[in-house]
Amino acid sequence: MGMLNLNLTAETDQPLLSVQGLTKRYGARIGCADVSFDLFPGEVLGIVGESGSGKSTLLSCLAGHMPPDQGSVIFQTAQGPRDTVTMAEADRRRMARTDWAFVHQNPRDGLRMGVSAGGNVGERLMAIGARHYGDIRDKAIDWLGRVEIAADRIDDRPRAFSGGMQQRLQIARNLVTGPRLVFMDEPTGGLDVSVQARLLDLLRGLVRDMGLSAIIVTHDLAVVRLLADRLMVMKSGHVVEQGLTDQVLDDPQHAYTQLLVSSVLQV
Amino acid sequence: MTDQAYNFAYLDEQTKRMIRRAILKGIAVPGYQVPFASREMPMPYGWGTGGVQVTAACLTPEDTLKVIDQGADDTTNAVSIRKFFQRTAGVAVTEATAEASIIQTRHRIPEATLTEGQILVYQVPIPEPLRFLEPRETETRKMHELEEYGLMHVKLYEDIARHGTIATAYAYPVKVEGRYVMDPSPIPKFDNPKLSNSAAIQLFGAGREQRIYALPPYTHVVSLDFDDHPFVPSKAPHDCDLCAASDSYLDEVITDDQGGRMFVCSDTDFCRTRREAGHLGPLGVPMQETV
Repeated sequence: MGMLNLNLTAETDQPLLSVQGLTKRYGARIGCADVSFDLFPGEVLGIVGESGSGKSTLLSCLAGHMPPDQGSVIFQTAQGPRDTVTMAEADRRRMARTDWAFVHQNPRDGLRMGVSAGGNVGERLMAIGARHYGDIRDKAIDWLGRVEIAADRIDDRPRAFSGGMQQRLQIARNLVTGPRLVFMDEPTGGLDVSVQARLLDLLRGLVRDMGLSAIIVTHDLAVVRLLADRLMVMKSGHVVEQGLTDQVLDDPQHAYTQLLVSSVLQV
Repeated sequence: MTDQAYNFAYLDEQTKRMIRRAILKGIAVPGYQVPFASREMPMPYGWGTGGVQVTAACLTPEDTLKVIDQGADDTTNAVSIRKFFQRTAGVAVTEATAEASIIQTRHRIPEATLTEGQILVYQVPIPEPLRFLEPRETETRKMHELEEYGLMHVKLYEDIARHGTIATAYAYPVKVEGRYVMDPSPIPKFDNPKLSNSAAIQLFGAGREQRIYALPPYTHVVSLDFDDHPFVPSKAPHDCDLCAASDSYLDEVITDDQGGRMFVCSDTDFCRTRREAGHLGPLGVPMQETV
């Protein structure tokens, strides 16, 4: 879509996120090395690879949870492109509350387990200055509905929810402030397949409706097949192959990608 | 053991100097929690070790000290701390709020309006207002630094969601001069309006947590709330049964096991002053010249 737009001044021609030479070492070991890519508005990028391939390290560096050793992460903010690695921590954290969202693999890491569902969804609103209880509550009910949680569960704590509901609540809590970029770390990990399928359906709908850009880390190829426009395959901290999702999955070039694709069990 | 073995006001001069530096820093940055090297005091944590250290650092031989516990001058905590400073500092003590130059308090602000030159020292059990929402100290410090106070409203949101109103009745969070969110120590929220624009210096000492914070005179302090659920200072819907005061904070006292109860001013000095002036509640008796 963006490629057909020849108007060079349009915002969509600028990458939302531009990563150059991102490297993170753990002492002598490599977390991830020399990762570069551009993410355009509305695009969903999948990062796949086996355990220990550096996917989560990469995501943490991108989301500002961990400082990378080298490289830059340029994000297209409302005030123009800025390097999130060197920006002040206050600005980075403000961005993490507004323009960004982070969905953890384990909803317990992303939710406040002692706070009701409504409070969880409302937290980001209150963090950016919402001070009207009625409005916050209305918005929370609206978002619970969008992630298929009944409105009468609004005052229940997340520990009264099933795993799938917790994960949906975490997604609602993250998307309520209308972020432009969502980081997801194994969003469907630890869920049974039927719940996974519904969650993926939901995510796909939300991403398309809101025009979100997303970076999804997973080891589940089915997830990227459904959600991702483009795919990056990582092994031992390096990106070994990247391209359009269908292209990479249907015609894998690198030996490791071939192994990965052929390892999926066919039912 | 002889009383002469102690330095004036128990603490040695270097310790008092260290505490005074923390106090000055606290006054310079209202509402900011200043770490200090809290000493072991001859009383258990939770009995006001922080307040006692702040009082000791502020005391001069000319001072007049008043100590209250939940508004009362005659409760165990107040009596023992008052005795402690009588023995170790030899300062004059009083129960009259207006006569005191330093007032150490636990969980109340006196009803009488404080004046310039007075110092109010609070005993603080937990100085961190975000503690029960975010247990990591590194994270709460960062939140103060970056003014990320949305979480404080999550607590108030939860109150309304569960109880229909903001049910927090004490240790009600306040924002100081539009910057730091502060725990005013467990005073009833009835006292919160008195924090703001007070003529006295207000010092807060937390001994176990090793923090001192302060409100200089005439500091603007706002209790947090929602636009559609504004802050309401609350008290028992009663008049004092002894002095008939309608505007003071009341304690409920159970008088028998037949359901009998009475409401009396929690500020004993305030109540006595009113009774001496001739105000009499339904259960009060005229003051006798007993003391």
